[in-house]
Amino acid sequence: MTEAIRTDGLVKTFGRTRALDGLDLAVRTGEVHGFLGPNGAGKTTTIRVLLGLMRADAGAARLLGGDPWADATALHRRLAYVPGDVTLWPSLSGGEVIDLLGRMRGGLDQRRRADLLERFDLDPRKKGRAYSKGNRQKVALVAALASDVELLLLDEPTSGLDPLMEEEFRQVIREEQRRGDRTVLLSSHILAEVEALCDRITIIRDGRTVETGTLADLRHLTRTSIQAELVAPAAGLAALPGVHNLRAEDGRVRFDVDTHALDEALRQLTGVGVRSLVSQPPTLEELFLRHYDRAGAAGDVAVSR
Amino acid sequence: MNELTGTGKLVRLILRRDRVLMALWVPWVALVPLSYVASINEIFPTAAGRQGYADASAHNAGFVALYGSLFGSSLGELVAWRAGFIPVMIGLLSILTVIRHTRTEEETGRRELLGATVVGRHAGLAAALVATFGANLVLGALLAVGMISQDLPASGSWAFGAEFAAAGWMFAAIAAVAAQLTSGAGSARAIAIVTLGAAYVLRLVGDLSSLGDGALSWLSWLSPIGWVHQIRPYGGDRWWPVAVAVCVTAVLGLVAVALSARRDVGAGLLPPRLGPASAAPGLGSPLALAWRLHRGLLAGWIAGFAVLGVVLGGVAEGIGDLVRDNRDLEDLFARVGGAAGVIDSYLASMTSLLGLIAAGYAIQATLRLRNEETGGRAEPVLGTAAGRLRWAGSHLVFSILGPAAALAAAGLAMGLTHGLNTGDVGRELPRVLAGAMAQLPAVWVVAAITVVLFGLLPRLAAVSWGALAICLLLAMVGTALRFDQWVLDISPFTHVPHLPGGTATATPLVTLAAMAAVLSVVGLAGLRRRDMPIA
Repeated sequence: MTEAIRTDGLVKTFGRTRALDGLDLAVRTGEVHGFLGPNGAGKTTTIRVLLGLMRADAGAARLLGGDPWADATALHRRLAYVPGDVTLWPSLSGGEVIDLLGRMRGGLDQRRRADLLERFDLDPRKKGRAYSKGNRQKVALVAALASDVELLLLDEPTSGLDPLMEEEFRQVIREEQRRGDRTVLLSSHILAEVEALCDRITIIRDGRTVETGTLADLRHLTRTSIQAELVAPAAGLAALPGVHNLRAEDGRVRFDVDTHALDEALRQLTGVGVRSLVSQPPTLEELFLRHYDRAGAAGDVAVSR
Repeated sequence: MNELTGTGKLVRLILRRDRVLMALWVPWVALVPLSYVASINEIFPTAAGRQGYADASAHNAGFVALYGSLFGSSLGELVAWRAGFIPVMIGLLSILTVIRHTRTEEETGRRELLGATVVGRHAGLAAALVATFGANLVLGALLAVGMISQDLPASGSWAFGAEFAAAGWMFAAIAAVAAQLTSGAGSARAIAIVTLGAAYVLRLVGDLSSLGDGALSWLSWLSPIGWVHQIRPYGGDRWWPVAVAVCVTAVLGLVAVALSARRDVGAGLLPPRLGPASAAPGLGSPLALAWRLHRGLLAGWIAGFAVLGVVLGGVAEGIGDLVRDNRDLEDLFARVGGAAGVIDSYLASMTSLLGLIAAGYAIQATLRLRNEETGGRAEPVLGTAAGRLRWAGSHLVFSILGPAAALAAAGLAMGLTHGLNTGDVGRELPRVLAGAMAQLPAVWVVAAITVVLFGLLPRLAAVSWGALAICLLLAMVGTALRFDQWVLDISPFTHVPHLPGGTATATPLVTLAAMAAVLSVVGLAGLRRRDMPIA
């Protein structure tokens, strides 16, 4: 499998701040890759390095088989970028910006442009200064999505969009996914979005990669919550390694269980007899909290909800 | 007064944000006239010497154009006259301060953030005005105290301080009105600065006219700059123009408040128009984008320079008449080449002034690059196949050719009007045009300094305005203060041949152009290597 993006040990410092501190990222061709991290984790800096706007102090970066710094212009013909904070030229209309950016990238699909304008419900005649934040975001999204490129670099693309438009955005990305030949790097801190769209995920914190893999891979790292009504008390449950936060009262039990211990825990339950059972799959939210909550990262504080 | 709740807190916020800027310009501007006291005292220690200097200067059109009319020959009067251009600079600083704290705040959305707290509707506007009025008051007081410390009469010194402060107040109020008109800070700033420019030109034409037949001298009375000159510090100390200025300021301030009450936050009174739904076929390259972003500015500068050229060229012949009519000054003028020599020297000093102003345009056009970078608008462009150098080069086309077009417009207009007056367009037009175009290499050096700062020290790019301020200072006071030649040589404008009238030599022009090219290459090399964007 070829890789559209690969970085190894990227380091970037701004004065005393270490924005990137050995960041590794691998994005396979054709996948939608979620790039997760809290504000200030280094997502935007990474994307700027990948765009050749900033030069890393150490480490290596490859983009579409080229060097992002040295081959910037040639590579930019093959990608489209949506910045996290879109500002437009006050005197240019949205339609003009879409066409301008598309042409400077090397061409725009007019049918797709019209289709996207309609789906995102965007009036292209308004001047840049008259758009709200969400509408500015849409201008940049239409400009990027209507370009015929191999790679989309989207930096928190749905910030400022209303829920309807967020859903529309997801639809469009799913369509891209089905085409199969477009790679998308989607930086976000909206978990639901990443969960809904991404094939693989990289989570970063303080400029370092803390987790990477498919959603399924990552779920192995977390716990399923179980609520059950039992016929009799399940005595063996508390002794089972991998069961956490066990609470039992009036024949009901609640606990979180590590994925590897799930099988054994369920056997314990059926052993005493189950009246009802609710199981909640691990969410990315928990994964996220576990990595960002410093106490959680330090050790054994389980995520209960 | 619910509408003004929170004004005090906002004033403190403004003072906190501007503590460095204000602490620089307020005392600096107030102290400049002190240097005039020292230099005039040194060069003309006797009353007779000052009288001779005043007689010559009062009829020198170049001086009158720059500083205004001279009414007497006492030390105080000479200093106040010599400082006649400073009210324009104070006006500019006041405009920038007010727009920065009103319309810019709204455009960036910070006003909304504050507006949702316990802050009255007019508090933002009131705070910007109070802070700017206060800064000008401090400036005037510092000036008065400084002058008194030089043993100048106290009443004249206070009148002098009031002249400076009144200029600042009026243009602060004009800026407050402009800030209500448009939704963009750039256009609001442009409206206020054009008003300031018009006030200066009206004053200039009126004063020059009173040197000749006086037919247009009433124009000075339409100009706020003309009014504050009428205070005549140390030579009458008239306080009624101060009263006029205060009234005008109050009326404009109330107009601004009334306009602000009629509009929504973020909106202007002039409604925004819709644009085209898709781009014209040509809009597809960094150069086409730069043309869109620069064309308004370019047209404004060309139009302004053409008007200035007509005005400056129109009065030139009248200056010759003055010399021809004035028997008393005949000897004095004979030394500089008679009427023709005086006209040439006037035209040459005006082309030099045009060059300095055009350098301001060159800096403004070059700093667009920095504005695009910090405004987040460079990033989407650099994310396309447009390389950095193409992006920067597209804007620099306007830093290089924009001043050329403006100077050509001024030179053509000036040469044509002057030629029509003398009846010899064929002789005057090329001479004056050459004088204007000869400024260009020096203008380019100033632009190139801006490029170097942008490429290597982007956070300090705006320091290029300081470079221009040094050039202006050397041109305005350099010879009067008898600076050493090497100090004067710092300014590229010192090396431009004095045309028409002087000897035209290509060497300094070629050297300046080469220097500009080298500096630009250094700046662009820096840009190629550095991170983008640097906040």
